[in-house]
Amino acid sequence: MSTVDPIAERLIERLGGERPGDSVDWIAALRSRAAERLAALGLPHTKIEDWKYTSLKPITKRDFARPDAASATADAGAVEALRIPGLETHRLVFVNGHFAAALSDRDLGAQGLTVKSLAAAFAEDPEALRDRFAALAPIDFSGFTALNTAYADDGAVIRVAPKTQVERPIELVFLSTPQGQPVMAQPRVILDAGHHSEVTLIEHFVGLDDAANLTNAVTELKIDVGAQVTHYRLQRESRKGFHIASIHAEQAENSRYASHNVQIGGQLSRTDINTALNAEGADTLFNGIYLLNGRQHSDTHTRINHLAPHTYSEESYRGILNDHARGVFNGRVYVAQNAQQIQAYQQNDNLLLSGRAEIDTKPELEIYADDVVCSHGATIGRLDDNMLFYLRSRGVDEEAARGLLLYAFAEGTVEKMGLEALRTWLEGFVIDELPQAERVREFV
Amino acid sequence: MSEPMLKIENLHASVEESEILRGVDLAVNAGEIHAIMGPNGSGKSTLASILAGRDDYEVTEGRVTYKGQDLLALEPEERAHEGVFLAFQYPVEIPGVNNIYLLKAALNAKRAHQGLDEVDTVDFLTSVKEKMKLMGMDESFLNRAVNEGFSGGEKKRNEIFQMMVLEPELALLDETDSGLDIDALKLVAQGVNQMRSPDRAIVIVTHYQRLLDYIEPDRVHVLAQGRVVKSGDKMLAHELEDKGYDWLRQEEATEA
Repeated sequence: MSTVDPIAERLIERLGGERPGDSVDWIAALRSRAAERLAALGLPHTKIEDWKYTSLKPITKRDFARPDAASATADAGAVEALRIPGLETHRLVFVNGHFAAALSDRDLGAQGLTVKSLAAAFAEDPEALRDRFAALAPIDFSGFTALNTAYADDGAVIRVAPKTQVERPIELVFLSTPQGQPVMAQPRVILDAGHHSEVTLIEHFVGLDDAANLTNAVTELKIDVGAQVTHYRLQRESRKGFHIASIHAEQAENSRYASHNVQIGGQLSRTDINTALNAEGADTLFNGIYLLNGRQHSDTHTRINHLAPHTYSEESYRGILNDHARGVFNGRVYVAQNAQQIQAYQQNDNLLLSGRAEIDTKPELEIYADDVVCSHGATIGRLDDNMLFYLRSRGVDEEAARGLLLYAFAEGTVEKMGLEALRTWLEGFVIDELPQAERVREFV
Repeated sequence: MSEPMLKIENLHASVEESEILRGVDLAVNAGEIHAIMGPNGSGKSTLASILAGRDDYEVTEGRVTYKGQDLLALEPEERAHEGVFLAFQYPVEIPGVNNIYLLKAALNAKRAHQGLDEVDTVDFLTSVKEKMKLMGMDESFLNRAVNEGFSGGEKKRNEIFQMMVLEPELALLDETDSGLDIDALKLVAQGVNQMRSPDRAIVIVTHYQRLLDYIEPDRVHVLAQGRVVKSGDKMLAHELEDKGYDWLRQEEATEA
């Protein structure tokens, strides 16, 4: 007899109930398998090596309820204000994990593109998802993946036909709003990029009105031969909110996956980004930044699996940590024995602005091939005194000079983003997080 | 005669208990160009850094008066607002901050201090472009990050260009000639000569005499072991070039 983890048991009790797709056998079976895994696994804890620096006590001591579909509404004006200036998108809005059709664009598809809510996809053509749902994100990647697989209320299913260049990015806005008691929003996103297609996906998580909810998101990206997926993520949960997410990408021959990840919000967040370079010529860029203040805790774990020869990866993460903030970065690069002549570069740079801020950073290279080019580096530092003096000697006051140097540091991440409208938009949120935001705006 | 613009009296300074300056005396009048020469380790660059406000050094004795006020009491940015400019020996790269933004911010900070309105953008660009041309710099430079990816020579030219835009009253050039080829050296000299004005003092810190072939100093001072050991006119620089710094040490030894 297997034991049931007490935390998992409570979650199963609270989150259970009917869901779209339950009448389809394979979906019901998958969900019950996921629930069983959750019961056995429980949620991660600090005795698991991958979770050593991130205690989930603030999450496990709270009882999050299942969000209510009927109250999945938000002020239309507030939602409109979240639009990205100068960028037309196909936009879907979710409120606490439920698709809000009234707040979303009416016309979601385009030539060679279909975009549906997960509930609609289950209702209209469940068979099409049989080999895709939970195919890339293993049920037991962590207790949270099991949880999402068992209890995701909704999400998005995006299919890009072969050779299609999707002109407008697909924008998913995940609103977290207060709803009586804290709730657990569990969106599931599934994207299929057909061979030689191109698509940009934006995931924007935003907490409104100090929402103290938990978002537990899972995203699965299947990138076929020669396809290019550019994935922007902006995490702006409220400072009282919690954010757990895992992204799982599978890349075919000559495909490219670029992940740009900006993490600003949440009192506690954990993001796992994984990609598998399954065939020759596959190429990955992981580019991200975390900006942490107060007592925020943010943990980023990335895994790049080089499983074929001639595959390429470049990873650069930067962090600015102030006050009592704590950051964790773990970058794992795995190179299989047959994956000869691959290139993998990784860099993690951190600025600590306070003596009480903390960063735990760890590159983790596991290489079984013998003809590879791999590099990694991690830095932890303060602002450079020579740079500060240079700016001050030109008449820039100390406050503004500090702000400018922080901006310059963050710019190293932002400048790698291709779409100008998005870059400008994201840069605005980055500047807002700097202690000297107003002064910086005088210069840029 | 009126007070000198810059007056250094018995200046002593240390870094980590080790005394670098041991009683420097120097007076520079508006309208003059002074050269401070000396062997490596004599304290030349330390002196320039202290005047600009770098806080790596502790001033243990003496004082510095600039335009009648206590210079050492001012923050680096306040010195800049008051018209002090240091051309760095090793200019710093600042990714993400464009040259044009830095220049405009620097100029406006100074103007605000003087109670003037912000500079007109069109006039500013016109005058900036003129000065760039003079320094042989391409216009694309304005939208590049400060010193990022510049060669050594480009960085030095950029320092002189910044000086021309900010129009300081007291310009300190810290080994601006080091690492320059002859063409860049001529451009730098041309920039400095153009800045010569009755209202401005320029102090050139250098190890070698060669920059002084193109910029004629009014006074030359030799700094050795933290003190000014000899002052003279431009002939002193030539004498040093011919005889080397050892000549001074021998002379000092004879006098003692």
